[in-house]
Amino acid sequence: MAERTLRLGHLYPSLMNIYGDRGNILCLQRRCRLRGIDLEVTPLEPGDVLHPDAFDLLFMGGAQDREQRLVSEDLAATKGALREAVEDGVVFLGVCGGYQLSGRFYRGAEGEEMRGAGVFDLYTLHPGPGSKRLIGNLAAEWEGGSLAGFENHGGRTYLGAGAQPFAKVVHGYGNDGVSGYEGARFKNAFGSYVHGPILPKNPAFADKLLSLALERRYGDGTLAPLDDTLEQMAHAAALRAR
Amino acid sequence: MAAARTLASVWAAKTTAIASRKLRRGGGTAASGLVGLWLNPGLISDLAAQLGQGSIVITGTNGKTTASLLINETARAAGLSPLANASGSNLTRGIASALALAVDVDGGLDEAERRLGVFEVDEATISLALPQLRPRVAVFTNLFRDQLDRYGEVETVAARWREAIAAAPPGLRLVLNADDPAVASLGEGRDGVVYFGVEDKKLHAGAPEHASDALFCSCGARLEYTVAFYGHVGHWRCPDCGRKRPKPSVSARLVQLGDGHQARFQLESHGEKSSLSLGIGGLYNVYNALAAAAAAEALPLPRHALVDALTSTGAAFGRQEAFDVEGRRVELYLGKNPAGLNQVLSTLLLDPSRTVALIVLNDGIADGRDISWVWDADFEVAAGRLQHVVVSGSRAAEMALRLKYAEWDESTLEVEPGVTAALDKALAATPPGGCLTVVPTYTAMLTVREILARRSGRDPFWR
Repeated sequence: MAERTLRLGHLYPSLMNIYGDRGNILCLQRRCRLRGIDLEVTPLEPGDVLHPDAFDLLFMGGAQDREQRLVSEDLAATKGALREAVEDGVVFLGVCGGYQLSGRFYRGAEGEEMRGAGVFDLYTLHPGPGSKRLIGNLAAEWEGGSLAGFENHGGRTYLGAGAQPFAKVVHGYGNDGVSGYEGARFKNAFGSYVHGPILPKNPAFADKLLSLALERRYGDGTLAPLDDTLEQMAHAAALRAR
Repeated sequence: MAAARTLASVWAAKTTAIASRKLRRGGGTAASGLVGLWLNPGLISDLAAQLGQGSIVITGTNGKTTASLLINETARAAGLSPLANASGSNLTRGIASALALAVDVDGGLDEAERRLGVFEVDEATISLALPQLRPRVAVFTNLFRDQLDRYGEVETVAARWREAIAAAPPGLRLVLNADDPAVASLGEGRDGVVYFGVEDKKLHAGAPEHASDALFCSCGARLEYTVAFYGHVGHWRCPDCGRKRPKPSVSARLVQLGDGHQARFQLESHGEKSSLSLGIGGLYNVYNALAAAAAAEALPLPRHALVDALTSTGAAFGRQEAFDVEGRRVELYLGKNPAGLNQVLSTLLLDPSRTVALIVLNDGIADGRDISWVWDADFEVAAGRLQHVVVSGSRAAEMALRLKYAEWDESTLEVEPGVTAALDKALAATPPGGCLTVVPTYTAMLTVREILARRSGRDPFWR
């Protein structure tokens, strides 16, 4: 097979990098390398203009509040093509803050509003200062099996008609602690509160993202199997953690 | 009535400590303090008022325990009689316990005029400790992301510190790390602050590493670094508002880290300069020594006592502590957050003779239930350096996965969740006369240390 290349745009690696989110990039790089796929990773920092057809995959991690405000402003200024790219089938993953900011808006504890990228038809509300943060180990079921990791968020996310839930909560809180749903999906875009990071110990989901990107670019999403012994052990331990 | 109440709570605390030790439930510090505070919420201020030399508190993400030990030893070398809380018991209950166990049965303190309280305080507890202890000096070592599920974001901790300092009783003198922008900014607008920092530009690590959390100025602009030592610690300035690293009066120059077991440097403090050899290794311990030196300047304690303490003090509880077990040297390096672990790793790499390691990752409440932080530590720097690594703890598999993604050779990794079994395997893989390096999280350190202490014939409890 001719060598295949995937282009990954990493949104705000210097700002949205909390909760070990760089592990997601390490994971995609490794799983590509072992299969002879060349994964080119390009950081997209504030001021870098996003072109809708420049990438096959886009990733945005979580951050602290101050960084999220900076990101919200920059998303509108230079990353307006995010929505267009997702409409066109580009694979997207937003985790935690990156999930919240890929919705329509985030309303913070003091009522201040941050605009999101509008990738998903959803919004996030923080119930106010002193309200309970949703913190703990999270297990969920998605179409590819079980999903495990850790969540830590003050905002509650509510899906609109245009977004599908990504997974069903088995234990933990998920989007809002009430609906029983975790994350969102629209076309090839996924949003999730699961960090930990999400991809290394959920290898089936990591491969789903790669497979979708290969399918879109090359018309064939087939992936060679890998030795995931440690990944499955870590997955099982994360599912057990309460 | 206050005296009777104080006395009753002191007795209750003492009795609890004895019972707790008898039941082998640990050193008995937390439980006795809890009981004492439950009976008398004013216990700390009642007893601390007897400390003739007042007290000093030490807080921050990393370095609290070691800096406290160095200050304690400096006070001792100066002829004072320091009163300290046990390592790890750094919530109000630990402070209450230390005080209650130090006074005699009628509530009085021996040699009260020579007593100096030296209290390590959890970074989230400082707002409670300052009004109760009314310390003369507060030392802030550094601020990094640590247990985000428990402490919250770095910004939240910094805001709590600012509030605690603003509300503190008058007369409080601050000792601050000039090289950490989140800490140095606590001194804005205050008099008498003693700043400490490293002046040795050859330790420049390039760009600030991944585990950096204070990259923005309070004005919102991104900070610039002429020198980055580790994390966001370095020589920083704001290009927009002009804030910059304060010039420290206590500093280290000509730093030589050697093989990581000791550190040599030229210490400037009390307006004098001299070279010294520190009994513990790594750049992070140079910072701990500077924190102690700046504390000595602020209290003040004489420079000769400081130099005595810095050159002669060994490792603190679980921090570079060494044990002789079955003919092997076992070294314990607590690693509990990305910035601290990065410093531990870079120190360990200075000694090429290390070939076997035991890494233990637990997700207990005191470790942080969220283990994602191991992905923010730079294990990549040690890829290919070790021949055998046993990975253990309640989240052993995740740790092994992290090492796999850091390109550590998978065939050198052995996963054994049970800590005792893992220690046995690691010891078996260490040649007689060789060195086993153990890097545990906090609760794992307590478990491993107890086993090591027992097997090397030492007291499992810290003094």
